[in-house]
Amino acid sequence: MSTVRLWVRDEMLRRIHAHGVETYPHECCGALLGHDDEGTREVIDLMPLANRRDDSPRNRFEVTPDDVRLAEKTAREKHLELIGWYHSHPDSPARPSEFDREHAWPWYSYIIVSVQQGLPRDTTSWRLHDDRAGYDPEPIETVAHPAGI
Amino acid sequence: MAVKVIIPTPLRAYAGKQESVEVQAGTVAEALSALTTKFGDLKKHLFAEDGKLRSFVNVYVNDEDIRYLQKDQTSLKAGDTVSIVPSIAGGTDL
Repeated sequence: MSTVRLWVRDEMLRRIHAHGVETYPHECCGALLGHDDEGTREVIDLMPLANRRDDSPRNRFEVTPDDVRLAEKTAREKHLELIGWYHSHPDSPARPSEFDREHAWPWYSYIIVSVQQGLPRDTTSWRLHDDRAGYDPEPIETVAHPAGI
Repeated sequence: MAVKVIIPTPLRAYAGKQESVEVQAGTVAEALSALTTKFGDLKKHLFAEDGKLRSFVNVYVNDEDIRYLQKDQTSLKAGDTVSIVPSIAGGTDL
């Protein structure tokens, strides 16, 4: 997993930050659409989604299977792949929580943005280990133009 | 009888990189058992340590969520499609 890398167009990063600010102090969530090439990925588009955890939106998010299927369909229509998910951690670090790990899927990229006092701070990305025991950090490379992968 | 199991993208690496796998099964439980017998590495991603499906693993038979059918005892007939669909969850530790 040492060669993994996530290219993110700067416009997409701005949209993720804006979504986190918009929903603060609640968690935002959405799908990452793009391409995967042997582990190196590019986020080309986003699909912001509603956080379905109405009971505890400050520290939880949920994407229903119907929304997952909609995201997969949208990716196919755009000739892209569903390569991962983003969510915010309001007033918490941009590190995966134990709850994140328990609910994570392998392969997907998980972008986390920390929103502190309503302002976007650190942004990180992670991939779950094959044995589900932890995460590998996935370096984010911001690009102004398509990386061409 | 032969049924098709659709493997979601994040689990394909554990199923020979296949998008779908054909198994012989009469119920959803049998289909998932046959699948994880064939591809052992899938088991920890589909089932919790108590042997139950993980809460964020959803199973559909021909577009119908098995929670609204007979859950894992839902009967299958030849040609049915069983789809494993993720739900996504997470959040901060408070």
